[in-house]
Amino acid sequence: MNAYPDRWRKPPQILTDNTWRPIIWSLAAVYLIFAIGGLEVNWTRVSEGLERGWRFVQGFLSPDFSSRWTDISIGLVESLTMTLTSTIVGILISVPIGIGAARNLAPRWLYMFCRGIIAVSRSLQEIIIAIFFVALFGFGPFAGFLTLSFATIGFLSKLLAEDIEDIDESQVESIRATGAGFWQIVNYAVQPQVMPRLVGLSLYRLDINFRESSVIGIVGAGGIGATLNTAIDRYEYDSAGAVLIIIILIVLAVEYSSSIIRGRLQ
Amino acid sequence: MSATPSVWAYRTSRQRLTVWFGWLLTVALFVWCWNLMTADTMWVFVLDAPTQAADLGSRMIPPRWSYLPELMQPLWDTINIATLGTLGGVILAVPVAFLAANNTTPSRWLVRPIALSIIVASRSINSLIWALLLVSIIGPGLLAGIIAIALRSIGFIGKLLYEAIEEIDQKQVEAVTATGASRLQTIHYGIVPQIAPAFFGITVFRWDINIRESTILGLVGAGGIGLKLQSSLNVLAWPQVTVILLLILLTVIASEWVSAKVRSAIS
Repeated sequence: MNAYPDRWRKPPQILTDNTWRPIIWSLAAVYLIFAIGGLEVNWTRVSEGLERGWRFVQGFLSPDFSSRWTDISIGLVESLTMTLTSTIVGILISVPIGIGAARNLAPRWLYMFCRGIIAVSRSLQEIIIAIFFVALFGFGPFAGFLTLSFATIGFLSKLLAEDIEDIDESQVESIRATGAGFWQIVNYAVQPQVMPRLVGLSLYRLDINFRESSVIGIVGAGGIGATLNTAIDRYEYDSAGAVLIIIILIVLAVEYSSSIIRGRLQ
Repeated sequence: MSATPSVWAYRTSRQRLTVWFGWLLTVALFVWCWNLMTADTMWVFVLDAPTQAADLGSRMIPPRWSYLPELMQPLWDTINIATLGTLGGVILAVPVAFLAANNTTPSRWLVRPIALSIIVASRSINSLIWALLLVSIIGPGLLAGIIAIALRSIGFIGKLLYEAIEEIDQKQVEAVTATGASRLQTIHYGIVPQIAPAFFGITVFRWDINIRESTILGLVGAGGIGLKLQSSLNVLAWPQVTVILLLILLTVIASEWVSAKVRSAIS
């Protein structure tokens, strides 16, 4: 037997252990067999649906903006106002929580408390929060506004706190050496260091909030999701296509403008 | 008048004025949006919220633990939706990413914009909306959920992967090309080893997000534990809702832990 192989083969990169690699791959294969085998698919229903799917593609390519325009515009206004107000309120609340959740600024009890708020806000899905807020505050964009604000708090405070923990401590020290108080340190040593990132994150969250605002309407929290849901339920795929195109265009516009603003800041 | 002010200020007076106007504009915009948004709000219901919350809380406790065994099959379905959906998303996203990356795309003027617009369309539309569409097209069930998750994952995986491809070290690719390797061989030996860690990291990260999202897809009929949530909400069985929410929370935390472990093992 030839001890040396005459062809070079690329060595495995991720699972480098020779005993574990086949075990993990075969476990994955067994899982796949079970998971796919457990699927119950009604193929006649699917093949009937293909024709409807084609109608959706056609509706998407020739969208109908006019016949449901009043519903679409109401939903759109709700979505946009909800997005803006909830982002601003979310930022205002998450700045103090973010400062409180930074280990280098806050005492231990405050740190634990703020991290608790962040964990609660982050672990719950927007749509589940929306279900509860609709039950508590009634249907409409106000429940959506509260949902998005709540979700914004978890997202922004966590990232802001991590940013504050990563700052250059020597600047804090030099400001403290001038005899500055706590808020003066935050204002002159911390804020200038985290501000560009905070603005960038806020714009990113604005983008996310708009996308989420198009979903929470499904459970009654206002916004363009309700319009979209109705259009799809009625099989009006041309109106649904119009709503989807509007959503995509707005997301594109927000993303593009926020990348310009972020580019200017850095 | 002395030109130098006696107190040091961070900004010049002109800058201060601009900043002040910026704030004024933001506040005005906020108030305008707020009025538009709350025009139809029924404040009676809003003021009523604390009593409603107390009422809801008393209905949700104690949780109905005997409902738990019934939830195991939907939970398994949910995990399958997320995993198979991620797999489908990866299979579709990899070619899209190679077509979208500046250094691997066959045509910068024709193919790249198409690939980029696929990524944007997939990213801007939430998986719940994809599920809504697919349930109406191919009928309720797991398959709709899997396809919805896969379609949403294309954008996420595709975007991060094409950015990773664009950041590779071009010298290694050149070295492989110089050996006379074909186009596919160049990708296999020059590019894949460079992006493999990023690729697995992105996939596991997306899987974690997909677990989170697939728990609620049932709300629109796309299978999984969300179906149970929807049916419990419909009959106002709040003790069951508590059990479902706790189970969802546990699943999400577990998947986040797995994903963090795997990602730290890779990098």
